[in-house]
Amino acid sequence: MAIAEDNPGGRRRSPPLLRHLRKGAATIGAVLITMLGLLFVTFLIGRVMPVDPVLSVVGERASKEVYDAAYRAMGLDKPLLVQFAYYLWDVLHFDFGTSLLTARPVSEDIARVFPATFELATLGTIFGVVLGVPLGVVAAVRRGTWIDQSARVVALIGYSMPIFWLGLVGLLIFYGILGWVGGPRRLDIFYQDIVEPRTGLLLLDSALQGEWGVFRNAFSHIILPASILGYYSMAYISRMTRSFMLEQLGAEYIVTARVKGLPERTVIWRHAFGNIKVQLITVIALSYANLLEGAVLTETIFSWPGIGSYITTALLSADMAAVLGGTIVVGLIFVLLNIFSDLLYKFLDPRAK
Amino acid sequence: MSRTSQDRQTWRQWLLTDTPTSRAHARAVAAYNGWLRLRANHMAMLGLYILLALLLVALLAPWLAPHDPLAQDLANRLQPLGTPGHPLGTDSLGRDILSRMIYGARITLYIVTLVALIAPIVGLLVGTVAGYAGGWTDAILMRVTDIFLAFPRLVLALAFVAALGAGIENAVLAISITAWPPYARIARAETLTFRNSDFIAAIRLQGARPLRIITRHIWPLCLSSLIIRVTLDMAGIILAAAGLGFLGLGARPPSPEWGAMVAEGRKFILDHWWVATMPGLAIFTVSLAFNLLGDGLRDVLDPKEGKSG
Repeated sequence: MAIAEDNPGGRRRSPPLLRHLRKGAATIGAVLITMLGLLFVTFLIGRVMPVDPVLSVVGERASKEVYDAAYRAMGLDKPLLVQFAYYLWDVLHFDFGTSLLTARPVSEDIARVFPATFELATLGTIFGVVLGVPLGVVAAVRRGTWIDQSARVVALIGYSMPIFWLGLVGLLIFYGILGWVGGPRRLDIFYQDIVEPRTGLLLLDSALQGEWGVFRNAFSHIILPASILGYYSMAYISRMTRSFMLEQLGAEYIVTARVKGLPERTVIWRHAFGNIKVQLITVIALSYANLLEGAVLTETIFSWPGIGSYITTALLSADMAAVLGGTIVVGLIFVLLNIFSDLLYKFLDPRAK
Repeated sequence: MSRTSQDRQTWRQWLLTDTPTSRAHARAVAAYNGWLRLRANHMAMLGLYILLALLLVALLAPWLAPHDPLAQDLANRLQPLGTPGHPLGTDSLGRDILSRMIYGARITLYIVTLVALIAPIVGLLVGTVAGYAGGWTDAILMRVTDIFLAFPRLVLALAFVAALGAGIENAVLAISITAWPPYARIARAETLTFRNSDFIAAIRLQGARPLRIITRHIWPLCLSSLIIRVTLDMAGIILAAAGLGFLGLGARPPSPEWGAMVAEGRKFILDHWWVATMPGLAIFTVSLAFNLLGDGLRDVLDPKEGKSG
C-alpha cells in the first residue's frame, strides 16, 4: 500500500483490472492481518488470566502426573508462538473449547444463542434507519429551525444516556406501570417451546409456522429492547444523515437544479439524497456493528438469551473459553461489517477512487 | 478615578490586542478569544458549570454528604424519595442514596481523569511516531491500531477485565486499552500534514533531531484536536465505566460507583424505582455535560468542523 502511494504515476498507468486486483489483494491482506491480530489479542488475554487452564480441566485433586500429562496434552509446554498456532488451528475449525458452565462446546452454545442477538440487533437497526434517516434529512433541509434543534437534542440524549439505565427505566414504565409490553426474556412462559426453532429467529419461525399467538407474544417482548437499541442507532444515523445532506445541499449542482425549476422534493430526495446513499449504507453497517456492542448491556437488562448475556454470564463464573469464544465471534462480525462498509464505499462511490 | 477599573480595562485591552508583543502574549490573546467564543455558547457553558459542580461535589464530599455512604441501617431500608434525613431515599441495605451518589462523583472523576490521561498520551506517542517515521514503522503501528479499533470496545474491555480481575484500576486499564486507537489515528493524521511543511524542514536544517521535532514541534500542534476528541470521548468513557460497574466488573461492591448502584437497584426496579433511577440520572447528567462542553470546544478550537454533530 505504501509503495503504491509513493508512486502514483506507476499506479495510473496499470490497467483497470490489475488495479482492482491489487486493491482487492491489499484489502484482503489487511483483513487477514487484522483478524490474525484480533485472535492474537484474545489468545494473550486467555494466557494472562489468573485462572489455571489445566486445573480447570483436571480438577484440583489431580495428582502431579495427571496434571503434567494434561499440561503437555494442552501444549502449554511449547513456546508461545507454537501455542498460538494450535489456537489458530482450533479457531479455524470453530473449536473454541468447552464451556465450564454449560459443559458443551462453546461454538454450539454460540450458534444457539446468536439468532436471538441477530433478531434484536436487526430490528433495532430497522427502527434506527426508518426513523433516523428522515429525521436527519428534515433536520438538514430545515436547518436551524425547531425541528433541527429537537433532532439535535434527541441525538445528544442518545449519546449521553447509559443504555442499561434507559432499558431499566423503559422496563419500569412500559412494563411495570403501563403494562403495554411483555417483560424480560423472549416469550412468556406459556408460549415457550410451541414453535419449532428452524432459523432461531422467533418472529420468523412463528410466522412461518402460522403460530400467530406466539408471534404476538414474541413481538410484545422484543419491541422494547429493540426500540431502545433503535434509539441509539437513530441518534447516530440521524446526525450522520444530517451532515451528509448539508454537504450536498451546499453544492452548486443543487443550485442548478433549483434554478432549472425542479420541484423542491425532487431536488432533495432525487438529487441530494441520491448522492448520499452510499455513505448512508456504510453508516448503517457501522451502526449495526455498534448495536452488537449495545446488545451486551441491553440483553443483560432484558434477560435476553443472546450472545451478550452469554458473555456476561460466562464472565461472572470465570468461564474463559466461553468469554473468549464470544469475544472472537463478536469481534469477527464487527470486523466483517467494517470491511463490508469500507469496500462498499470504495467500489460504489466514484469519488473514493 | 478608580484604579481597579482602569486596570481591568488595560487587562482586557492587553488580552484583545491585534499586535501581541511576545509569544506568551499571543498565546494569551488566542486563549482569551477562544474563551470569549466558548462563553457565547450557552449549552457549552451549561456543560462547564455542571462539570465544575461535579468537581466541587467530589472535593467537598465529606462535608456535603449527610450520611456515611457505607453505613448500613437495615431498619430504614428502601425508604422512598423525600424521607426526612434521606432526600433521595435509601437502598436495600438502608444506605443513604444521596450520600452514595456524592461519594460516587469521586470514583467517576477518578476513572475519567485517569483514562483521559493514559489513552491520549499513548495515542499521541504512537500516532506521532508513526506519522513522522513513515515507512515500515508507520505500517506496523497503524496495523496494530487498526486491530484494536476493530474490536467492539465494551466487549474487549470485558475480556480484559475478565482476565485481569474486577476492580477500578483494572477497569481504567481496560478502558484505556480500548480507547487509545482513535487518538493515534488523529495524531498521525495531524503529523502527516506537518511533517513535510517548511517550518519542520527549517528546524531540521538547524540540526534538530527527530525526538526534539516530535516532542517540541509536533506534539503542541496535535494538542487542540486531541483535547476536543478527549472531551467528546469523556461521555463514552463514563458510559463504559458505568457499564463495567453495572456488570459487576468495575468498582467492588460496597464502594458507591454509580453503575454498580444502578445494578444493585435493578432487583427492585418495579417496586422501588428510585434506587436504580437516581444514580442513572447522575451518569446521564455528567455525560451530557461532557458532550455539551465537547461540542462547544470543537466549535471554538476547530471552526472548520462547523456546528454539526
